[in-house]
Amino acid sequence: MASATATRPGSSDVTAGPRTDRRPPVPRTFYLFLVPTLVLFTLSITLPAVMGITLSFTDSVGFGEFQFTGLTNYVALFQDPAIRSSYLFTIGFALVTVLLVNVLAFLLAVGLTARIRAKVALRAVFVLPMVISGIVIAYVFNFLFSNSIPQLGQATGITFLEQSLLADPDLAWVTIVVVTAWQAVPSALLIYIAGILSIPGEVYEAAAMDGASARRRLVSITLPLVAGYVVINMVIGFKNFLNAYDIIVGLTNGGPGTATRSVAMTIFTGFTGGDYAYQMANATIFFLIAVVLAVAQLRLTRGRSALS
Amino acid sequence: MTAQTLTTTTPGQVPVRRGRLRRRGGEERTSRGTTIALVVCTLAVFAPLYATLTMSFKTTAQSVDGQVFSLPSPISIDGFVEAWRLTNFPRGFAISVFVTVVTVVGTVVLASLAAYAIARNWDRGFFRWSFYYLLAAMFLPFPVLALSQVKLTGMVGLANPGGVALLHVMFQLSFSVLLFTAFIRGLPEELEESARLDGATTWTVFRYVVFPMMAPMSATVAIFAFLASWNDFMMPSLITADSTLQTLPVLQSVFQSQFSSSYNVAFASYLMAMAPAIIVYLFTQRWVMAGVTQGAIK
Repeated sequence: MASATATRPGSSDVTAGPRTDRRPPVPRTFYLFLVPTLVLFTLSITLPAVMGITLSFTDSVGFGEFQFTGLTNYVALFQDPAIRSSYLFTIGFALVTVLLVNVLAFLLAVGLTARIRAKVALRAVFVLPMVISGIVIAYVFNFLFSNSIPQLGQATGITFLEQSLLADPDLAWVTIVVVTAWQAVPSALLIYIAGILSIPGEVYEAAAMDGASARRRLVSITLPLVAGYVVINMVIGFKNFLNAYDIIVGLTNGGPGTATRSVAMTIFTGFTGGDYAYQMANATIFFLIAVVLAVAQLRLTRGRSALS
Repeated sequence: MTAQTLTTTTPGQVPVRRGRLRRRGGEERTSRGTTIALVVCTLAVFAPLYATLTMSFKTTAQSVDGQVFSLPSPISIDGFVEAWRLTNFPRGFAISVFVTVVTVVGTVVLASLAAYAIARNWDRGFFRWSFYYLLAAMFLPFPVLALSQVKLTGMVGLANPGGVALLHVMFQLSFSVLLFTAFIRGLPEELEESARLDGATTWTVFRYVVFPMMAPMSATVAIFAFLASWNDFMMPSLITADSTLQTLPVLQSVFQSQFSSSYNVAFASYLMAMAPAIIVYLFTQRWVMAGVTQGAIK
């Protein structure tokens, strides 16, 4: 048993057993298991990433010859109102959505871990949106927003709803938030359910005996004890929503005008707009933001014993 | 609306789970209020799906009135017939199945092999750093790579469903290797050692000892690869050059531009595109739920 634990991966070097200078060689098969995958991975992920970042310092249009132009693209990026508005839209949308998704998912998780009937079936229903294609459900909602809801508005006399939200530059983003949340709540919900179920029952029992009200127990016990999960859900969600693409394409396609054009959509205009290198610079900035978020996630989640 | 009902019932679950405290009145009863509130909330899930279902069985004439919640009368399958023809459904379906099957099999095989090599050689720098290297891709946003990937796949003749499947596998690797590695770490090594003493090679050990033991994790990885691949829109739409070789989600765009008034046809097509994922989900939801939790908490 001791030997099993000692050699188990992940154990620190101290417990790795007696280390001699000549360890037995690794069976060659292990390299065959790993190296081909590493090569494929490098060719299809790392190489394009390096290529893209390199080309962001050039004037490439995507093909043919190009020259290095230093930071020209980056300087231009920071002065470009179209880029700025796409970042403002994307970050604002991601913030609103992450808040909405987490509030809904948390409330549903509290309900789905309570003593209710048909618990298994209800959980299954609330997870269902996760398995549906983003673009397809966006097309379905597109119809609802542009036909059914205005009709409802006319029938009920609510003037606010009579116009299609999709055609309103100031409100089209609401539709994207709604559909993104519809699809994103399930995964956050499952994480909250796992979090709530990991709280020891004794804590609630003690609080109940001290006469804490149900509301008090939710605020003073459940919330603080799932705080780590809240952080995880927030960071994962924010990271995902920054990449928003499918649902926006299906709902507004970036419009009306460019009111709902996300950063991802802006980068893809580099295919056709002739500003390939310029959008690669945009992508590089986008990548740096993702790295900052990743580091933040590691920092925030490290050391939370409940999560390891 | 539901907040109040939800809060009052939460802690009630606990004594049941632990069963240690004497049962006390109110909190022990099943909360009807919460159940009802949750059932009402399921309408938010069902409404768009119900709309899809009813719309797809309407006639074109009935579908244009915009009343999505009215029942189809008469029930018509013309929408399906027309959608079948317009999207060339059998071909789109076959391509989606091809891409998804290659993705699922490729992900499970490559990720489990790599994870086994990594987990059993963790004290070697090469394997440990390979793990971090593969993991780093989780933080790489797809738009960063997209333009170069399109160029590269075009250059090497992979601007087709095969290339899409390959890229799907590569993007699934990080998450899948993470899950497999964690799982293998939890497996006792004695079985492998005794098999080795009996003269089994590393490959035999993997094939007949380790891989069968990993079945539950393989199921989780496979389901996630399936969902990511079947539902993906961005990758095939960017990578596949020939529009007749597109997957089902991408094919749905024809209804947004060319046939914008035959809503019954569009919805029938949407239904056919989303149904396989829903059906697979219904049979595998236990692993889907376990998978999200395992993946996210790491």
